[in-house]
Amino acid sequence: MMDIRIWTFLIVGLSFVLYIAIAIYCRAGTTKEFYVAGGGVHPVVNGMATAADWMSAASFISMAGLISFMGYDGAVYLMGWTGGYVLLALCLAPYLRKFGKFTVPDFIGDRYYSQTARTVAVVCAIFVSFTYVAGQMRGVGVVFSRFLEVDITTGVILGMAIVFFYAVLGGMKGITYTQVAQYCVLMMAYLVPAIFISIMITGHVIPQVGFGATLADGSGVHLLDKLDGLSAELGFAAYTSGTKSTMDVLFITAALMVGTAGLPHVIVRFFTVPKVKDARKSAGWALIFIAVLYTTAPAVAGFARLNMINTINGADSQGTEYTEAPMWVTNWEKTGLIGWEDKNDDGRMFYSGDERNEMHIDRDIMVLANPEIANLPAWVIALVAAGGVAAALSTSAGLLLVISTSISHDLLKRNLMPKISDKLELRFARGAAAVAVCIAGYLGINPPGFVAQVVAFAFGLAASSFFPAIILGIFYKRMNKYGAIWGMVSGIVFTAAYIVYFKFINPAASVPENWWLGVSPEGIGTLGMLVNFAVAAVVCHLTPEPPQDVQDMVESIRYPQGAGDAQVH
Amino acid sequence: MAFHSKELAKAYWRENVKLLLSLLFVWALVSFGFGIVFVDALNQIQFFGFKLGFWFAQQGSIYTFVVLIFVYVYKMNRLDEKYDVQED
Repeated sequence: MMDIRIWTFLIVGLSFVLYIAIAIYCRAGTTKEFYVAGGGVHPVVNGMATAADWMSAASFISMAGLISFMGYDGAVYLMGWTGGYVLLALCLAPYLRKFGKFTVPDFIGDRYYSQTARTVAVVCAIFVSFTYVAGQMRGVGVVFSRFLEVDITTGVILGMAIVFFYAVLGGMKGITYTQVAQYCVLMMAYLVPAIFISIMITGHVIPQVGFGATLADGSGVHLLDKLDGLSAELGFAAYTSGTKSTMDVLFITAALMVGTAGLPHVIVRFFTVPKVKDARKSAGWALIFIAVLYTTAPAVAGFARLNMINTINGADSQGTEYTEAPMWVTNWEKTGLIGWEDKNDDGRMFYSGDERNEMHIDRDIMVLANPEIANLPAWVIALVAAGGVAAALSTSAGLLLVISTSISHDLLKRNLMPKISDKLELRFARGAAAVAVCIAGYLGINPPGFVAQVVAFAFGLAASSFFPAIILGIFYKRMNKYGAIWGMVSGIVFTAAYIVYFKFINPAASVPENWWLGVSPEGIGTLGMLVNFAVAAVVCHLTPEPPQDVQDMVESIRYPQGAGDAQVH
Repeated sequence: MAFHSKELAKAYWRENVKLLLSLLFVWALVSFGFGIVFVDALNQIQFFGFKLGFWFAQQGSIYTFVVLIFVYVYKMNRLDEKYDVQED
């Protein structure tokens, strides 16, 4: 046990030193460096940073765990969180890069020639980012409390101090290069145990292949068939078919895809490359880097499920004596994320989907516990801890930057105090980042719920507010400010109301029978988006068309030539 | 105006939108189609140890997405050159 702790301190500590060193080396001197890294980031580097920014604590820690418990239904996360990049690359990134300002509210404000539209966009951006960052901080807390054996509060404060240091100092420039390092750490942390376990279970080095292969125990049974068999035996839904209705799966997937394309901290990434061509390519590279983790995750989920059931229920499916419980069970019991209640007083643990079940297992622990379940060496377990921290930190840093930019640039510079100097604006940006870090830290210590669940709401909100406004702004010249504003407001209010009602006011009513069209709160962002589109289309035809110079601007963002640097106004 | 005429600008945009829609059709087909709506039918087919529908939902659609973006990058660069609106 001591061994794991030393390794964890060593590896996590070394990774922190690396991030901070990069931050000092690349610190930002101007607002342009702070907001968009000076606009000179190579597309492959940018793709890697985008991937790290993108792959949050939810992707790293929770996703494989969720899939492991959801089976086929987990595909909503896999397709949802990757498919959005296609929308981003094809419909948004190149045009926004050509537009050449710093932020999403900048685009909304200029395209819809309105301070109101800009303000609505700023409020949406801050709201979405805080929802999202709250999920990340909980992730940091889980990792620290288990692996550094400090309480969650200390862990979160430690994490916040690190983020504070390099986000506030380095701005986008520091963050971009730190994220490249974080990508490497988190990928290694994900792939090494996955490969180990794939070899142990199926004899294949590549987890994506092992996922479909036969088991290495000589039985000749395919992994997935084995899981389906175990599920049936233990009273779970078959692993490869899931339990959600087709309608709900469709809506959740669509909400996550569209939400991905509408998230301000992802979009802003495409302002940092030198050319429109690079913005297109950059999205492709980002997706490659993301796909490495996202195609491994379902394999990890399958392996973890088999391993977990086998160690708890024993090879003969009679249950394992609690007194002989493996180390990982007792370790995680201390954090309260695993619980055992001996219902039939036989002293054996048993896990199933029916009344025989005696185990409570939190889905968030699967990735972190996986190497322990598989008895991998201590340094692998420590590496996973460093990976989890890297994932959470890289995403929070990106989000904090969006929040601070929204405040110093969109709210102060472009709205309230247009005359402030570059230097003062930079100081405000750093101040805002500092405040945001503290709020995020508070949310991490008092977490509002499951990591992935909270994050899923941020997507619904982004899908129902930004995405339609940006798409219409590029592809529909006739769209005017009234349509855009009313669309955004009705979309986000509709979505937020549905989520708040079913998740906070009346959670007991949140069953498929009560949902509109059978759509769960996770998938409602898709409906919110349609509401936004519909309202925008109706309102814009009842009101005057946009002025000529705005229409000319729309014309000019539609082709790449003449895209200069990201503009300072 | 970077285009030599309004007609050229329109033609460029039309080709662009056509390319977008055809790629987005494939995007929707592999994810919403193969991965969700037709998943039960495709699950009757075995594919390297996977049920095909399940494979599309958890693996295949993601590989397709990557390919789609690079096809788009390649085709758009060609289109930009055809209309002479590429960056310097």
